[in-house]
Amino acid sequence: MKIAVLVKQVPGSESALPLSPNEKWIDESSVTFVMNPPDNFALEEALLIKEKNGEGEVVVISMGPSRIQKVIREALAKGADRGIQIEESDDIEKDPLTVGKKFASVLKEENFDLVLSGLQSDDTGMGQTGVLIGELLGMSTATLAIKTEVKENKIKVKRELESGWFQWVELPLPASISIQSGLNIPRYPSLKGIMGAKKKEIKEILLSAQNQLSNLQSMDKVSIPQTSKQTEVIEGDTEAIVARIVDVLKKDIKVI
Amino acid sequence: MDTLVVLESSRGSLHRLSKEAIAGAKSLGGTVSVLTIGKDADSIAQELSGVQLDEILIVKNEYVESYNADGYAEIVSQVIQSESPKNIVLGHTYQTRDFVPRVSARLDIPFIPDIISLSESSFVKQVLNAKLNASISSTNDQVILSFQSAAFSDESLEAGGSEVRLLNINLDSTIVRSKSEDPFQEEAGDVDLESAEILVSVGRGIEKEENIPIAFELAKVLNAEVSASRPVVDAGWIDSFRQVGSSGSNVAPKLYFSLGVSGAIQHVVGMKGSKSILAINKDPDAPIFEIADYAVIGDVLEIVPKLIEALENS
Repeated sequence: MKIAVLVKQVPGSESALPLSPNEKWIDESSVTFVMNPPDNFALEEALLIKEKNGEGEVVVISMGPSRIQKVIREALAKGADRGIQIEESDDIEKDPLTVGKKFASVLKEENFDLVLSGLQSDDTGMGQTGVLIGELLGMSTATLAIKTEVKENKIKVKRELESGWFQWVELPLPASISIQSGLNIPRYPSLKGIMGAKKKEIKEILLSAQNQLSNLQSMDKVSIPQTSKQTEVIEGDTEAIVARIVDVLKKDIKVI
Repeated sequence: MDTLVVLESSRGSLHRLSKEAIAGAKSLGGTVSVLTIGKDADSIAQELSGVQLDEILIVKNEYVESYNADGYAEIVSQVIQSESPKNIVLGHTYQTRDFVPRVSARLDIPFIPDIISLSESSFVKQVLNAKLNASISSTNDQVILSFQSAAFSDESLEAGGSEVRLLNINLDSTIVRSKSEDPFQEEAGDVDLESAEILVSVGRGIEKEENIPIAFELAKVLNAEVSASRPVVDAGWIDSFRQVGSSGSNVAPKLYFSLGVSGAIQHVVGMKGSKSILAINKDPDAPIFEIADYAVIGDVLEIVPKLIEALENS
């Protein structure tokens, strides 16, 4: 079983997010990057499937500038067999369909049985890549998987629906499946894994100019949300804060 | 046809977000038609009989009695090709996320998801965990849009009528490759978050499992129910039936008292209808403060025990 895991490097949840001078995205120079958390669960699921099967290959694929080698290396240290970096300039692609087409052109050569990805990225949050790739490569697709069971030429997944509902779906392979966070406990890399990762291959792919695609949607501007709500900020020492909260509960909201 | 809204059935009835999507579609201007698919199509058409629409399109097919991604991707693609709407609009639901990217890739039409508002010719979407807003535009003739919960109010829908048209779509049995079993619900306990007057909601800022009891103690003195955000449920600190957000319950209590909830967008869509929101969080930049009526920037672990004490004594 040959499994691709799509991994993205995104700003960490605690990172500063200063706007870039042209206000089209953030200034990445002071951003701390991490592996997109849902992708970490997808990676763990791929490693678990491979271990259960007793054979196979887990290939981690990421698109971005040279900084993303860090997350590819991290995935290799956790047990992925090799990595692929689709090279990109610092101005990362934000049109989901273009992202999907670029990944599809690289994945096509590899004939994967299974493509796993996190349900969405913490940066642009378009939540489409895995499904787009599945469609572009003629694979079956499912999203928000919280359990996977690989069978002969098939995969059965438990999908999360809304409001506490679930559903089992069985798909023929090859399939592209997006993974919901929390379905497993992602491992940490071992010291041996970290040492071993240094010897593993990361193939760098620069898509040729003829693969340049015209974007169908563009992100024109980012801005800090303006709150329309009147918010009372309750400040002071703990005693003053507690007194004001009690007051609010009694007199403003009238719940006690 | 200017705009086609693709409707969703939520256990036999029109999904709330589909209704809001119709309101969103109206705000784009031009004519609005809707498409309903499957065994619930007639009752959903009936539900919309009092709403002013251009047409209600109905598709029934033996392979798509209920939702499956393969069938929906095919039917919606065919309808877009035959009807040529400029805008294809949906609620931003899990089902939308499951099949709409397939339509986008198949027809090469851009899909701008999870829109919170319109500004002139562009669409506003939250990015970077809702810490920034992005304006997105498309130069393509056709565009697919999905609207976030509460982006538009269905109360603005104009009364009126519409024409119903049954569309004939042929599907090959080989189109539906996946086998979908019936949806089911897991043990929900006896907790009913949706009708609770007060919710004390726990987020990752509670720091560790040992601190969870203070939320239950506060809930006890306030006569409230305890809810949680996803990271706390994923960590196994609180039962999943207490989860609020896009994959949990959708709540609108009189008071939503959040303890260390950061306000990730997936959580906020499930609670932003609350009458009052009081949020305690150490991080002054936490997005929860943007929707809070009362913002307490401070340590939950210091403030809440003192608050419980004060409430017990008052």
